[in-house]
Amino acid sequence: MSTMSTNQDTLPAGPDIRPRLSRDDILMRGSMMVIALYLIVTLALPLYTMLSKSFSTYRVELSQYEFQVSDEAGVFDGTILTADELNRQLGVYSDTDLTTGSDGRLPVTGFFPDFSFRSPVMYQMRNTTEAGRFLVGSTLNEGTDWVELDSNTFRRVQMRPVQARGLGNFINYFSTPALFNSIKNSLWISVVSTIVTVTLAFWFAYALNRSCMRFKGAFRLIAMAPILVPSLLPGIALVYLFGNQGMIKELLFGASIYGPIGIVIGSVFFTFPHAFLIISTALAISDARLYEAAVSLRSTPWRTFWTVTIPGARYGLISAAFVVFNLVITDFGLPKVIGGQFNVLAVDIYKQVIGQQNFEMGAVVSVVLVIPAILAFGIDRMVQSKQVALLSARSVPYQATPNPKTDRIFLIYCSLIGLFIVGLLAVCQFAALIKFWPYDLSLSLKNYQFNKMDGGGWGSYFNSIKLAFLTAVIGTTVVFFGAYLVEKSNGFKTGRSIFQMFAMLPMAIPGMVLGLSYIFFFNNPSNPFNAIYGTMAILVICTVTHFYTVSHLTAVTALKQMDKEFESVSASLKQPTMKLFARVTVPVCLPAVLDISIYLFVNAMTTVSAVVFLYSPKTTLASIAVLNMDDAGDIAPAAAMGMMIFYTNAAARIVHLIASKGILARTQAWRSR
Amino acid sequence: MKHTTSFLAALAVGALTATVAASETELTVYTAVEAEDLARYAETFNQSNPDIKINWVRDSTGIITAKLLAERDNPQADVIWGLAATSLLLLKSEGMLEPYAPAGVDKLDAKFVDGDNPPAWVGMDAWVASVCYNTVEAEKAGLKPPTSWKDLTDPMYKDQVIMPNPNSSGTGFLDVSSWLQMFGEEGGWEYMDALHENIARYTHSGSKPCKLAAAGEIPIGISFAFRGAKSKADGAPLEIIVPSEGVGWDMEATAIVAGTANLEAAQKLVDFTVTKEANEMYNTGYAVVAYPGVAKPVEHFPEGLLDAMINNDFEYAANNRAAILKEWQSRYDGKSEAK
Repeated sequence: MSTMSTNQDTLPAGPDIRPRLSRDDILMRGSMMVIALYLIVTLALPLYTMLSKSFSTYRVELSQYEFQVSDEAGVFDGTILTADELNRQLGVYSDTDLTTGSDGRLPVTGFFPDFSFRSPVMYQMRNTTEAGRFLVGSTLNEGTDWVELDSNTFRRVQMRPVQARGLGNFINYFSTPALFNSIKNSLWISVVSTIVTVTLAFWFAYALNRSCMRFKGAFRLIAMAPILVPSLLPGIALVYLFGNQGMIKELLFGASIYGPIGIVIGSVFFTFPHAFLIISTALAISDARLYEAAVSLRSTPWRTFWTVTIPGARYGLISAAFVVFNLVITDFGLPKVIGGQFNVLAVDIYKQVIGQQNFEMGAVVSVVLVIPAILAFGIDRMVQSKQVALLSARSVPYQATPNPKTDRIFLIYCSLIGLFIVGLLAVCQFAALIKFWPYDLSLSLKNYQFNKMDGGGWGSYFNSIKLAFLTAVIGTTVVFFGAYLVEKSNGFKTGRSIFQMFAMLPMAIPGMVLGLSYIFFFNNPSNPFNAIYGTMAILVICTVTHFYTVSHLTAVTALKQMDKEFESVSASLKQPTMKLFARVTVPVCLPAVLDISIYLFVNAMTTVSAVVFLYSPKTTLASIAVLNMDDAGDIAPAAAMGMMIFYTNAAARIVHLIASKGILARTQAWRSR
Repeated sequence: MKHTTSFLAALAVGALTATVAASETELTVYTAVEAEDLARYAETFNQSNPDIKINWVRDSTGIITAKLLAERDNPQADVIWGLAATSLLLLKSEGMLEPYAPAGVDKLDAKFVDGDNPPAWVGMDAWVASVCYNTVEAEKAGLKPPTSWKDLTDPMYKDQVIMPNPNSSGTGFLDVSSWLQMFGEEGGWEYMDALHENIARYTHSGSKPCKLAAAGEIPIGISFAFRGAKSKADGAPLEIIVPSEGVGWDMEATAIVAGTANLEAAQKLVDFTVTKEANEMYNTGYAVVAYPGVAKPVEHFPEGLLDAMINNDFEYAANNRAAILKEWQSRYDGKSEAK
């Protein structure tokens, strides 16, 4: 034993074997750091700034004010009183009175029980520190000099709060029922919409995957249509259908569409394609042997459904449920248009910031909204990671057998859903062409004269197209390159998993919250990126970040299908990785790249929530114009603009389809031998 | 000869610099004036001041105010032309306005000028609350037209009235603050309690109630006269009612932003905004303007509007804004949840 250790001590230390980093590795890690840095600057830092803003309170500091009071003849005897002391003696203001918003004001006459505005008594007042502020009328006094005021002017004095830090905003939030009731409202409509949407989408997907119904292609197309419009468009359609002048308002039996009913119906419309896609994927894969076994065990179809079909699709159902929940709770446009007096969190943020300029309270509501959004997102990810392959090598794909009776029922069911979707869109288009609903039903293009309305006119439509293009091009480049680096670089495990985490984060952050945090972060003169505030650049960055996760996942899925051997081969041929990336990876993954770009394009056209705080008068957008025109009461032009977005997105889809076919025929020829 | 060339060159250079200086003054002007009026305003101004170019930044009152407040430490605007006086008071109390007495300000109605000397802002035109009443829908519902604010609390109007939410709308706030001033603090809240029973819903914007009334979504919309007149001109079956107790109002006003780099040009612009010419220009849309004797009746405007305008205490409105909104929210925003 001892000899061995001596041996070890005497032996010279061997060379430290570490894999050498090639120039390629360094380049890839460097690029990965750059994209990670991008995500930090556009996501992590703004969110941190917002969180810290929610703890920024405003408080009237009584110790900052001093008074002198004269006798009836106007002579001061030199006694100095501080507001703090007077308040302790008289108890004029409680602690909660002193904690206020940035716009808070408190009068001072309460400190002087003998005060009368007619009395000849004179007052002097000053700030004890340079930070103190008080108003005489509406003139701000910031200095520490004494200001002499007669009684009648003294009653116009208001103390102004100074900035402090603390939990005051949160206490204020939870002690205002009007505000925290919204939590309950938001959860309620999200749960109801989720149950309804998932149920409807399940049967729709079931019909398309498990029956021999006709017109499947058409139904698939119709089901995806709502993705092409902003979420507030169904709200506008519902006003025309069920409002007080609605075409079929009798169907509501006197209930008002403005409120939870409207929000739920609209939410079902705009979340339907998302739920349908996920559930359809889950139902598409199934093993026919399980159904054969069920038949041979003489199980009833009903029992088979509950013991084979539902368990097979359970992950899809759960995932769809959480995605829908997340979409509804973070949506802003729809409840803004049709919510009436039913307050929800996302609209509260808007009201606090735009209506009352209370940015701190906006930040508090944002923090509250992030919690359910992150929870829903986290559970969804957990469920997805549990999903295991349902198809083994021995599986036999399930094939539906024609059954005239059930096929007919499914056809009727799908037609009803299709009617609902097409109907709402048709109503919008119809409303846009009517001159003055409901008094003058003649057709006219008057509602397309956007330049005469609020919202930025036709300019905002072209801005939107510009934004969508830029987002598609820049976003696809950044996202795909980032995903490539994460998937294909060697080693550097910690760095890669941190990057993965950052890439997943945007999905959990509601658009309103992202937009608001951008105000706090970028609209700060000391921020070096301040110059992009109010430009198209900030809109592009915000939109790319907002839709980063889904694009990233699409890219990763495509890249995972590519064998790692490509990298090894190129390394052994001494080819730089970037060459491989450009010559092999991108062409092979072209379908995914095109999918990402159309996804970003369509979403940039329809997004409202993330950009509503960030557009400037020069960069108004079509989706925002829909919101603002509806807000001003120009509902028909709002519908017209919403339909313009629909047609543009539909056209983009068609171009995408044709382009994909052409390009894919050339680049994907290797796939078919 | 040499002498002359250099003289000519100097002249040319002088002329060149002069034209450069003349065409190079650009003013960033924040405004909430309706988009369709802006081009006309700039054109009229440039007739007398061709050397100053206006770059408009336009948005709704709430958003422009939020923008200005957010830029408090790094102002981007030179001049504010056409923003609610209550918003300007808010900015004034933050020390964001440059006091300036424009040439000829003494000719304006004193009601339209800030009380300080020199004034921090000067008014342009007034923006008066009114009730838009859809005669067709009201007849269908069997309603009688109201003549006063108090009438609107009659149970016959239950769920037939829409008004703007004062938390998001300047028009909504001027209604609430006028009721508090007219009926007293206690009476005002009592009035709103009763009115709340008849309100179908509160909208975010101030023009929407009138547009909804015009479209027949609701028989009665509490809004402002200007909007009502426009909808009526579009052919809506509206009657614009001026309640007998008096109506709240706010004015559009002008101010220089403290810290502007173009003070001289900014002052020229503000000088222009108080001229008779400018007031005649405001009169195309607004029946009440700051320059006495200028206003001609505007088509479809209700009669007796000028006399009905209350003696509005803007300072009261601005200084109590936060407290009023908080009280309003706890009374009505919270209560409506139960529905």
